[in-house]
Amino acid sequence: MAQPYVKKDDDHDDELEYSPFMGIEKGAVLQEARVFNDAQVDPRRCSQVITKLLYLLNQGESFTKVEATEVFFSVTKLFQSKDTGLRRMVYLIIKELSPSSDEVIIVTSSLMKDMNSKIDMYRANAIRVLCRIIDGTLLTQIERYLKQAIVDKNPVVSSAALVSGLHLLRTNPEIVKRWSNEVQEGVQSRSALVQFHALALLHQIRQNDRLAVSKLVGSLTRGSVRSPLAQCLLIRYTSQVIRDMSNHGQSGERPFYEFLESCLRHKAEMVILEAARSITELDGVTSRELTPAITVLQLFLSSPKPVLRFAAVRTLNKVSMTHPMAVTNCNIDMESLISDQNRSIATLAITTLLKTGNESSVERLMKQITNFMSDIADEFKIVVVDAIRSLCVKFPLKYRSLMTFLSNILREEGGFEYKRAIVDSIVTIIRDIPDAKEGGLLHLCEFIEDCEFTYLSTQILHFLGIEGPKTSDPSKYIRYIYNRVHLENATVRAAAVTTLAKFGFMVESLKPRITILLKRCIYDSDDEVRDRATLFLSVLGGDGTLDADKDSTEFLFGSLEVPLANMETSLKNYDPSEEAFDINSVPKEVKSQPLAEKKAQGKKPTGLGAPPAAPASGFEGYERLLSSIPEFAAFGKLFKSSSPVELTEAETEYAVNVVKHIFDNHVVFQYNCTNTIPEQLLERVNVIVDASEAEEFSELTSKALNSLPYDSPGQAFVAFEKPTGVPAVGKFSNTLTFVVKEVDPSTGEAEDDGVEDEYQLEDLEVVSADYILKVSISNFRNAWESMNEEDEHVDEYGLGQRDSLGEAIKAVIDLLGMQPCEGTETVPSNARSHTCLLSGVYIGNVKVLVRAQFGMDSSKDIAMKLAVRAEDVSVAEAIHEIVANG
Amino acid sequence: MELSPKVKNILLLDSEGKRIAAKYYSDDWPTNTAKEAYEKAVFSKTKKTNARTEVEVTALENNIIVYKFVQDLHFFVTGGEEENELILASVLQGLFDAVNLLLRGNVDKREALDNLDLIFLCFDEIIDGGIVLETDANVIAEKAGINSIDPNALLSEQTISQALATAREHLTRSLLK
Repeated sequence: MAQPYVKKDDDHDDELEYSPFMGIEKGAVLQEARVFNDAQVDPRRCSQVITKLLYLLNQGESFTKVEATEVFFSVTKLFQSKDTGLRRMVYLIIKELSPSSDEVIIVTSSLMKDMNSKIDMYRANAIRVLCRIIDGTLLTQIERYLKQAIVDKNPVVSSAALVSGLHLLRTNPEIVKRWSNEVQEGVQSRSALVQFHALALLHQIRQNDRLAVSKLVGSLTRGSVRSPLAQCLLIRYTSQVIRDMSNHGQSGERPFYEFLESCLRHKAEMVILEAARSITELDGVTSRELTPAITVLQLFLSSPKPVLRFAAVRTLNKVSMTHPMAVTNCNIDMESLISDQNRSIATLAITTLLKTGNESSVERLMKQITNFMSDIADEFKIVVVDAIRSLCVKFPLKYRSLMTFLSNILREEGGFEYKRAIVDSIVTIIRDIPDAKEGGLLHLCEFIEDCEFTYLSTQILHFLGIEGPKTSDPSKYIRYIYNRVHLENATVRAAAVTTLAKFGFMVESLKPRITILLKRCIYDSDDEVRDRATLFLSVLGGDGTLDADKDSTEFLFGSLEVPLANMETSLKNYDPSEEAFDINSVPKEVKSQPLAEKKAQGKKPTGLGAPPAAPASGFEGYERLLSSIPEFAAFGKLFKSSSPVELTEAETEYAVNVVKHIFDNHVVFQYNCTNTIPEQLLERVNVIVDASEAEEFSELTSKALNSLPYDSPGQAFVAFEKPTGVPAVGKFSNTLTFVVKEVDPSTGEAEDDGVEDEYQLEDLEVVSADYILKVSISNFRNAWESMNEEDEHVDEYGLGQRDSLGEAIKAVIDLLGMQPCEGTETVPSNARSHTCLLSGVYIGNVKVLVRAQFGMDSSKDIAMKLAVRAEDVSVAEAIHEIVANG
Repeated sequence: MELSPKVKNILLLDSEGKRIAAKYYSDDWPTNTAKEAYEKAVFSKTKKTNARTEVEVTALENNIIVYKFVQDLHFFVTGGEEENELILASVLQGLFDAVNLLLRGNVDKREALDNLDLIFLCFDEIIDGGIVLETDANVIAEKAGINSIDPNALLSEQTISQALATAREHLTRSLLK
């Protein structure tokens, strides 16, 4: 079998490296391009050279202006040749070279000649090239030919003219609009693509005339469109018309719904998909409208074509976010997709199932996912972990199996982001579900026994230090923590020492033992670890007086009063000198990042990352912010902070939203302002609040914002006094007042003189829901039964006519501002009655549970029976009052 | 508002992810570096999948990508995330079949490079500035294939050689299984 050595080598080379373009170089090809100038054109040779030029451009090579011009000029000479193949390549390279307007003039006459040629291919391509390179004045010259081309009997020519029209419409709308009649003729064409292109162009021409678009859709939906692509377009236009109509207050039966539904029976799959997707995206779609669309999507789920399965599961996934019940019928088909070869499909199927699954299917689902987890990439796993976290919040009773699942995957291999997602999820579950705490903490302990990520270890140790001492048997965590002192790097050891100290401080019985353990740490090789150990030993050995205890608590558990970023800048600016660094000199006002950065951050951090990463939002962040402002520090403990309410329309000069902070005797409005004008600097920004429609409130104090530069949000505050413990409600009108200073955009410096100005904001209301905290509980039944039955208050209410039960339930939840439990906020699609369970904490820290039973009669009148149990009877009465007044 | 289906790019990569031909119709990837990075991401995300019988699909960076492989060639068509996947798939299928016709069934990297002019023309006939121009493989191949078909050759002869080529490919495939 021995082959000659040389031959073998040749073969080898051939296989690995063969390419007709190997070693090709720009300079050489440009030299070669001189053949274009030969008196006798060699079409074959020239085609090859053009291909090489195109290859270079395609690989990302760029020509200098001079090079491009030179090539362009020589290429134009090739119009002499009659060879059709070469001509085709010439068209292509002219488009790629995109000549400048003064060069274009050289080819226009040749192209115009080709536009009127007898050869269809010449006509079609000359139009496309010409329209790509000409400007408005030339366009008027050739307009006549283009109109002719649109109605050309050859569909290729006609399509070329129509598509060129679509491109030209952007630069020369007034000219293209004159072609309406010809384009309309194109819509009636027998050729599928001509019809598609004509329809697209006709719609683009008329898009600003709502009536004309509506007429167009109206006439075409009666059925003269044959091409599937054109039909897809028509569906898009139809949904746009439907959207416009509902935006302009035309209600009643949806006018074109029947057309959309009929498209579900079209023979082309792309049309069916387009129609189904349009239906699911209708504003306020009802379950009756959804059903036929869901049915066809369900059929697609079991298609042999991956693209169809993907399209269907992707659409259903979206639907499940708003109408989970509508998708439950597809659950069985969806489950078989978990093992789909295509991982994108599998992941979408899982996340959909996790959203739509009911309580009873959780275990089965977890089992299936377990089999599947081992062979997917980390990024998919993170999606799954996130979905499981939300599932657990929805079905707190199932925390056991979900927690088991999370702890199992925590033990398996995985990257940092993935592990962090799991740890975050466990932490969230521990926070939300008290029953899950002890088990969850032990899982985390086991994880740090063998954790390669320092960041995660320290975060978990910190979390253990806060939660661990409050458990029934804190001593069992000590072993895990102390092991870290022996086995880990200095950073983790230091964190472990702090955690140990927290246990020792909080749990009196453990103090002697912790002291012994800490004593062992004072011989550590690392400075930081030794220092911490020594420090904590002295804290623990303190004299036990109240004052000392308070200081130590503050020291161990208190948070840094100043934002970390400010601290960092101040430390950087600090010059080592005789004068010590003064932490009080660090500004406390939170400087948010510029908008762009915020967007880049994307998802809001949750779990472990959340408290340190989000200083100005989230309850803890607000609490810290408010207590750092002396005027508000005396208001006591913050009860609730609302989510931000926008007081301005999107994209106005100044964007303002407000957060309502409720205290026992006070209400503080936090106005978050953003200046969106680069040329302005605002100073002394204040909000003037008119509380004439809120009688129980009296204005106490306000805190203006000194300076509000472009794109860097700041906060102004206004505080009100209100009667203690009473859920006072009212309406407030707001006006933003400020001094405007012009800013020179080039230097960024503001002028000295400013002008006073004001800006009307929208009204703001304090409602009853602001006085109730959403608190989820794991077992509603237990909680319900543990409350005194005698204190139960029951009443019935008529809610009037509503579109659906779900709508009524949402209205009640929004009114009360309570947390729906056990997933009872979702209603099966055609249910006539439903029970919704709510839990919350009323101002004054009174636990409230609500069981609301809804029923709907044939005329869609909804009745509600509301049973309320609270730790305090008067609160139960108050809840009823809220409902009665709502 | 633009409602027409839009194609963001068409890619033809080899079995190592190197660009054989690519055409971008959107400004999402302004530089060649950005384009190459995108191609690399697409390639590494899909290389382990089996897209040899059916058109496959995935999502990446808010885009939908449909793709199909044959021999050492990887075909991709990208559209926005709101795009109808089946429209993208019909573009891909049109491209794929047209290339198959133009290369007479011998679809591999070597053949593609030898006939790169045909591939470029094929791209040009399928999409014009992001708008779907034609999806019927026969029409595309006919329009792009003008200089490859020798006008003197008899139609029947061509079909026979084409049939032979297809048969040869089928044979190799079945042998490779």
